[in-house]
Amino acid sequence: MSIGAEVPRDRAKRLLLGRGRFVDDISLPRMLHLAFVRSTHAHARIEAIDCAEARALEGVVAVLTAAEIADGVASWRAEHKLFPAMAAPEQFALARDIVRWQGEAVAAVVAHSRAVAEDGAELVDVSWTELPNVVDGKQALAPDAPLLHGHMDSNLAYTTVIEAGNTRKAFESADVVVEETFRFHRHTGVSLEARGIIAEFEPGEDRLTVHQSHQTPHQQQDLYARLLGLPEHKVRVICPDVGGAFGLKHHLMADELVACVAAKLLARPIKYIADRMDSFLADIHCRDHEVTARMAFSQAGDILALEVDDLFNAGAYGQYPRTSIAEGNQISRLTGAPYRHEHYRANLAMAFLNKGILGHIRSVGHPIACAVAERLIDLGAGKLELDPIAVRRRNYLHGDDFPRTSVGGVEFEHLSLRDCLDKALTMIDVARFREDQAGLRAQGIYRGLGIATFVELTAIGPEYYGEGGQHISAQETCLMRLEASGTVRCYTGATDQGQGIDTGIQQVAADTLGLPMAAIEVISGDSALCPMGGGSWGSRGAALAGEAALRAASTLRHNILAIAASLLQKDAGCLDIKAGEVVEGGITHMSVAEIARIGHFQPYTIPHGVPADLTVTARYATTGRMFLAGNGLQIATVEVDVESGIVTPLRHLVVHDCGRILNPLLVREQVRGGVVQGIGSALYEELRYDNAGHLLTGSFADYLVPMAGEMPDIEVAHIETPTATSELGAKGAGEAGTAGAVGAILNAVNDAILPLGATIAEVPITPPRLLKALGRI
Amino acid sequence: MLALPGEDGAIIAGGQSLLPLLNFRLAAPSCLIDIGRLDELRRIVEGDGYIEIGGLVRHCELAASAVIGEAFPLLHQAIGHIAHPGVRHRGTLGGSLAMADPAGELGACCLALEGRMSLQSVRGQRWVGAEDFFTGIYETALAGDEILTAVRLPRRGPGGIQIFKEVARRRGDFALAGLALVAGANLSNPRLALLGVADRPVLAARTMALLREDGSAMGSAVDRAVAQIGKEVDPAQDPAYPPAYRRHLVQVLLRRTLAELSP
Repeated sequence: MSIGAEVPRDRAKRLLLGRGRFVDDISLPRMLHLAFVRSTHAHARIEAIDCAEARALEGVVAVLTAAEIADGVASWRAEHKLFPAMAAPEQFALARDIVRWQGEAVAAVVAHSRAVAEDGAELVDVSWTELPNVVDGKQALAPDAPLLHGHMDSNLAYTTVIEAGNTRKAFESADVVVEETFRFHRHTGVSLEARGIIAEFEPGEDRLTVHQSHQTPHQQQDLYARLLGLPEHKVRVICPDVGGAFGLKHHLMADELVACVAAKLLARPIKYIADRMDSFLADIHCRDHEVTARMAFSQAGDILALEVDDLFNAGAYGQYPRTSIAEGNQISRLTGAPYRHEHYRANLAMAFLNKGILGHIRSVGHPIACAVAERLIDLGAGKLELDPIAVRRRNYLHGDDFPRTSVGGVEFEHLSLRDCLDKALTMIDVARFREDQAGLRAQGIYRGLGIATFVELTAIGPEYYGEGGQHISAQETCLMRLEASGTVRCYTGATDQGQGIDTGIQQVAADTLGLPMAAIEVISGDSALCPMGGGSWGSRGAALAGEAALRAASTLRHNILAIAASLLQKDAGCLDIKAGEVVEGGITHMSVAEIARIGHFQPYTIPHGVPADLTVTARYATTGRMFLAGNGLQIATVEVDVESGIVTPLRHLVVHDCGRILNPLLVREQVRGGVVQGIGSALYEELRYDNAGHLLTGSFADYLVPMAGEMPDIEVAHIETPTATSELGAKGAGEAGTAGAVGAILNAVNDAILPLGATIAEVPITPPRLLKALGRI
Repeated sequence: MLALPGEDGAIIAGGQSLLPLLNFRLAAPSCLIDIGRLDELRRIVEGDGYIEIGGLVRHCELAASAVIGEAFPLLHQAIGHIAHPGVRHRGTLGGSLAMADPAGELGACCLALEGRMSLQSVRGQRWVGAEDFFTGIYETALAGDEILTAVRLPRRGPGGIQIFKEVARRRGDFALAGLALVAGANLSNPRLALLGVADRPVLAARTMALLREDGSAMGSAVDRAVAQIGKEVDPAQDPAYPPAYRRHLVQVLLRRTLAELSP
């Protein structure tokens, strides 16, 4: 069996040999380079842009501002029809009149080299009139706050309440109530390879070809066609090797669109590769929430009610085309979701402010929803003097609770929470840890253990964006082609940014067809060649593209066997394909290669009526289900140096259920990578701005990413509960690591400092924040 | 070449400080002068009562040198905190000192070890003590036409103390605060240099005086020294790492250092 086999991803060897082909490795004839003049202010009016000196610089081909590209590209609004009240101000590829965050692109310099383009950008002279700015949500929503968008009467982008039961009553009658205000600071998803694009326009054919480091080639094809006014079939988006994406690369980015416009205007290939400063300023940001939440308990430890107030510090605009709402929406829907409780209220206020745009980065909203509920449970258990693990087990949804729609409105087919907990407790001896912990405290060594249970929303259904009005496919189609030699090409709409989904699909196809994996190649990342699909985001590859591949392979297998049956004068039902041979019981009749040869070159030998198509397609989308929910839990242990404030992760366990596992090796790596990003969010990563809205963390010297040296070994185990909604049974796996790590680390640090009478509810947990919480500085 | 009129050249050796500056467009020299092949600057010479380290000696070469390890274990301790192997294989002592990053490890070490820097130009050579070499944030006594050719460190007597400590967020990051303590046996003649808490590496002169007076690293003497160093350092404002935090760290590091010395 190929499914379930631990095979390394097919691209790994080439990448490790240094033979990757990323966008920046591609060079086209007559190619020009792009650099941007970005706003130096958080909020300012553009009075004038003087490009004369830049245009005069040797090597500069063009300097573009909003005026020059106005006819070449349309504007856009981040609208979502499921959230019709959400404000969606108009956005432009280059800022017109007013800039609303530091880093917003105002002019583009096209030159023979990137260095000259940057020299030219320095010579563009922008006259600004600074406007009053707002850099935090509370300030933005104050009655007299300066407005970002003149047509709005406040900076409130959206507000909503989700309610179930009666929380007021439940809180009044509860035995114990705990409350905490959390701050989750702004960060981003740092990919090893920054964003990059080469846009090439052929005016003779009205054809745009784009090479881009991206997750969603078909989405980009649609967007470029519509915004640039081109026929969609004349736009081709190719994603070569992509060095990590994490959600950064499934949006429309204004600077990348400018590269396309410039290519169209100049009829020459244009390359733009974001440098790290561009990335921190103009990439999508994430988190930046202040959450106040309360949980009510009975004396016995039952969770009675939960209230969540989320102030979402969004950016200057909504992200296009997906909008920025999902992070707030996920927090409202997911907080406390693993637990049985009837009374729930979640209030969301989303504020525009003069900072970079927030969008969907790995595990959208999950880490916050998880950390909030898990911390409240620890606080509640502490107050009740109950074992926090027992309180969790008691309140987990389980058994007859399923199927269930949570109070937050999330559908659960099944969650294996207790099984995951039982498994985790075989991996770590908690009693022994407690013993050691007590002994070490006497020596001034503070260790803590934190647990965090999460649900993981994966494989989004087509209704969310379909009803939202976005051209975003949640359906996957697989095109499978038997070559004349008996090998198979498999074209998928999913894309591979390093997670190895190509290999997962290859395994599904090999298993279903009865061919060795080496006989199958998966081709992805090309909007012209591959069937229309959504790409890879939101943990959808295995569940959706995997199922589509299974269906296409089933059809192809059926056709191969039908041809074989007609040639052999047998009943197809008696025949099977094993290791590339058509077999009947123990007898080998003929090879798939022979059938392929006949099917392609001697089709006249196959009777009419036999399904002899050797290129087949199949599609798959979930129906009537917004997500496939996976689940799991994480346990972290840490040591806190209470003098320096440095937190050292010691152990990190994950028990995870993502349904059927295509490739345990790749799933474990996904989970580990996710945990590392979660630890980054918990301890290191933060985009800091000053009060004037200037980004203070513009390089890796100030923006700290988690490094291997600081990371603990991450132990991963699985419970495998296949979903019954598909034949393959796979759910997504990409969110899990990130979803739970922040909560686990936050709880572990709080457990460590508990005897010092301190708590902390702000991430990243930096040494100064921790020492302030401890009252030491 | 540095002295040529009309040229605004920059010396490049290992490039570990200059290249980031060029990348960020913070420096835009008209030309780069590569001194990487001046082999005479790449030597560690044992002199009479001193050891002279050439400006082009790389961090990894210092770390591999038994002579340095024996005479100045402080340097070996400190080099373990400098970035990661890639940087240590390219970065040079002269480059690091000439960059004068206030959080640089080697500057504080040279200060504690009473190092003297050889500054050379077509006008000749002059020696400047570490106290006078560092003049401000990224600023040194180097004139525009001078290069740092060597550092001379006086040998210490037997049985002495050399301890380097720092706190960084991640292994190899710039220090949030650090210290280099050099003293004779029983903490005699202590020299305590600090990094990351001022615009340059600084000596904690009053704390040194107190330690010399008390002549001990025990009990209330430790408390006095820790209190004194808290008063003595005055870190700059930094929204992420406020002065109170860095001051606290220096105190923690000093307490930990002195604890190692108590029998």
